[in-house]
Amino acid sequence: MIDKKWIGHELPPSVLPIERSRLQFFAKAIGETDPVYTDTAAARDAGYPDLPAPPTFLFAAELDSGAAFRLIDDLQIPIAKLLHGEQSFSFHKPACAGDTVTVRSTVSDIYDKKNGALEFVVKLSRATNQRDELVAELRSVLVCKN
Amino acid sequence: MNPIEFDTVQVGDALPALQLPPVTRTTLALFAGASGDHNPIHIDIDVARRAGMPDVFAQGMLGMAWLGRLLTGWAPQSRLRRFDARFQGITHLGNAMRCSGTVVEKLEQAGERCVRIELLSANQFGQTKIVGEALVALP
Repeated sequence: MIDKKWIGHELPPSVLPIERSRLQFFAKAIGETDPVYTDTAAARDAGYPDLPAPPTFLFAAELDSGAAFRLIDDLQIPIAKLLHGEQSFSFHKPACAGDTVTVRSTVSDIYDKKNGALEFVVKLSRATNQRDELVAELRSVLVCKN
Repeated sequence: MNPIEFDTVQVGDALPALQLPPVTRTTLALFAGASGDHNPIHIDIDVARRAGMPDVFAQGMLGMAWLGRLLTGWAPQSRLRRFDARFQGITHLGNAMRCSGTVVEKLEQAGERCVRIELLSANQFGQTKIVGEALVALP
């Protein structure tokens, strides 16, 4: 069973500098062909200061930093039993190339269903930019399938 | 393309569906690198087999990113307020996902006129892999 002592645990902040080339790579990886996501001129014509990060891109912050996998290690969830159950984003401000986003997360809940056959970890995150403006809020539900 | 407007959108309207090509190992490798999800279960068949899976399988966030394309292909991303996904099944190699969305409600939220959209990602066999919801503010 996952130790409930981790409820309230704050992950170390993850700092993600948003780079054009990374966004272009992400667009390629998801098959995005809208030039707003790859061509700076098209992004500016659409009203963005630079290439916008696609809606789910900020999930990369805690993957790049290693914080996401460190949490899974801390909780002692074997990678073979790990599933991503749910993911939510609330958007407040666009994040664009040139911005530096910091994601700060807290484990808000740990619970189980079916007598422990399924365990759930809920993580809430706030993403802010270099001007300390709230960019997005994230909610992740990780599932450990025992 | 005409911009989508609140007054012309009706409950029951379908967003233009997004049909993806079948998932390949290349798809998964590229997404691992681009997304930062280096979990080897998605890119290394030996690791996947040791975990009891027949083969590598898609990252959940890849499927969510495709639903994101459905949304931003319909309305500019700057209008997206919320985006939720529930991962219901594993997307396997060869699965060709179809992302669809339906307007289910018109509402006002935080002083903005919004539409709530139900999202679905299913493969060519009709198996649902992701259900979701989005809130989009419209002019």
